[in-house]
Amino acid sequence: MGFITQIMNGLSTGGMYALVAIGYTMVYGIAKMINFAHGEFIMVGAYIAYVFTTMLKMPIFVSVIASIIGCALLGVITEKVAYKPLRGSGSLSVLITAIGVSYLLQNLFLILFGSAARTFPTYMKSGTLNIFGIRITYISLLSLCLTLVCTGILLFFINKTRLGKAMRAVSEDRGAAELMGINVNNTISLTFAIGSGLGAIAGIIYGMSYSLINPYLGAMLGIKAFIAAVLGGIGNIQGAMVGGLIIGVAEAFTIAYISSTFSDAVVFGILIFILLVKPAGLFGKNVREKV
Amino acid sequence: MALLKTEGLGIQFGGLKAVDEFNFEIDKNQLYGLIGPNGAGKTTVFNLLTGVYQPTSGQIIFDGKSLLKKSPTQITQMGIARTFQNIRLFKEMSVIDNVKVGLHYSQNYSLFSAICKLPQYFRGEEAIDEMARSLLRVFDLEQFAESKAKNLPYGKQRKLEIARALATSPKLLLLDEPAAGMNPTETAELMETIKIVREKFSIAILLIEHDMKLVMGICEKIAVLNFGTVLAFGTPEEIRNNPDVVTAYLGTEE
Repeated sequence: MGFITQIMNGLSTGGMYALVAIGYTMVYGIAKMINFAHGEFIMVGAYIAYVFTTMLKMPIFVSVIASIIGCALLGVITEKVAYKPLRGSGSLSVLITAIGVSYLLQNLFLILFGSAARTFPTYMKSGTLNIFGIRITYISLLSLCLTLVCTGILLFFINKTRLGKAMRAVSEDRGAAELMGINVNNTISLTFAIGSGLGAIAGIIYGMSYSLINPYLGAMLGIKAFIAAVLGGIGNIQGAMVGGLIIGVAEAFTIAYISSTFSDAVVFGILIFILLVKPAGLFGKNVREKV
Repeated sequence: MALLKTEGLGIQFGGLKAVDEFNFEIDKNQLYGLIGPNGAGKTTVFNLLTGVYQPTSGQIIFDGKSLLKKSPTQITQMGIARTFQNIRLFKEMSVIDNVKVGLHYSQNYSLFSAICKLPQYFRGEEAIDEMARSLLRVFDLEQFAESKAKNLPYGKQRKLEIARALATSPKLLLLDEPAAGMNPTETAELMETIKIVREKFSIAILLIEHDMKLVMGICEKIAVLNFGTVLAFGTPEEIRNNPDVVTAYLGTEE
């Protein structure tokens, strides 16, 4: 039974990675850039929830909504201010700018809240559910359910709605999409808003699971989620979800059966392995040049 | 009044005048051909008209409004649609979704209504589905509605691109070498399609084409472009007998 419990643990951390990975993958798919500040958006999401609940004594529901809206706005504003002016210039300059934004946010929160960890409010009673001898914490269950629900809604949105179609069109051919009457700027803003909003949810799950938050929490989480996105095939939403869950489970197994010090090594090992064996990722397509 | 009018239109890339003093008029429901040797600036004219390039001189008036400083998106919404020389469909999307992308922006429903007013959303979606299918029917593509655009044969991809452009309900349709790479049968079929489109949708069409049989066969008027400037205007008959045009295409007899 310990084995299954470990899988459940892995799936719940994996769910958090998946939510972040979806943000990376969506932005990459549509804006063709890797937003390395995405991890910091998650940190900001966690802090907004903290400020609303602990400092402003707002109800949980209000705090969560505020966190999602705040992160979505942060995403949209960052894109407008930092990335949009660089559209059309090389991908390297956008990448460096993203890293810059990431440090800016990290240090801004360091000044605002200090480097000491803050206690995240308890949104949910801690405890475990016992199903046929498998012990699952409530938070794990919530994290996994939220991931599945969010991914489901997102896939419906992208495949079935008008704005979703516009996003797919922009992702495939920005120029042609413009000439079909699609407003590319709005579509990219929407992508950043959705990706960052999902990041806020991941930030809250992080706070609930570890109960301590600090301004650096987004750095490692962001990198691991990025690996998850690459593992699933960057640009592919289902891939990002599966990638996140795999990374989560791999990490849980390493901690349980090998040693917790190796968990990061295993995750980065997976990245190296996938880049060697299947660089396009599990769900990615190999693009072959036609000659 | 002319539907589209350009006055002294020009664009310069560094020292090269790709298009210079391009004066041109197209009326409602007219079928106009734009021909010229390779590199004459035909596609550049299309890119100027659709806002992909901003002209360095001159003026474009469409439907009484200036198109200068307008984005491609705005110009499409004003009623100019185009196809591309090298097909640029959304290859990974289904045939019907390609058309729907074009249709969506003539349908009014927001993200808000998509979330909050589901019945209205589904009604809108049904209407769009019906419109998309009837457009595909015109081009004999309905049986391929669900397959991916990239799996269509070449000639049908060309047709789908025209269908997608028409979905934006344009007043003027720009076709950039629609017959490129087609065999004679497909070209003949395409000529018929273009005629049908013009009658059914009563729109003006501006056509770039190298296939002289096609251009001479269906266009009412033709403009000949050479080195970025207009060499001649006229009916197909006049163009065929114009000595300047013959020189531009075949060179002079020494």
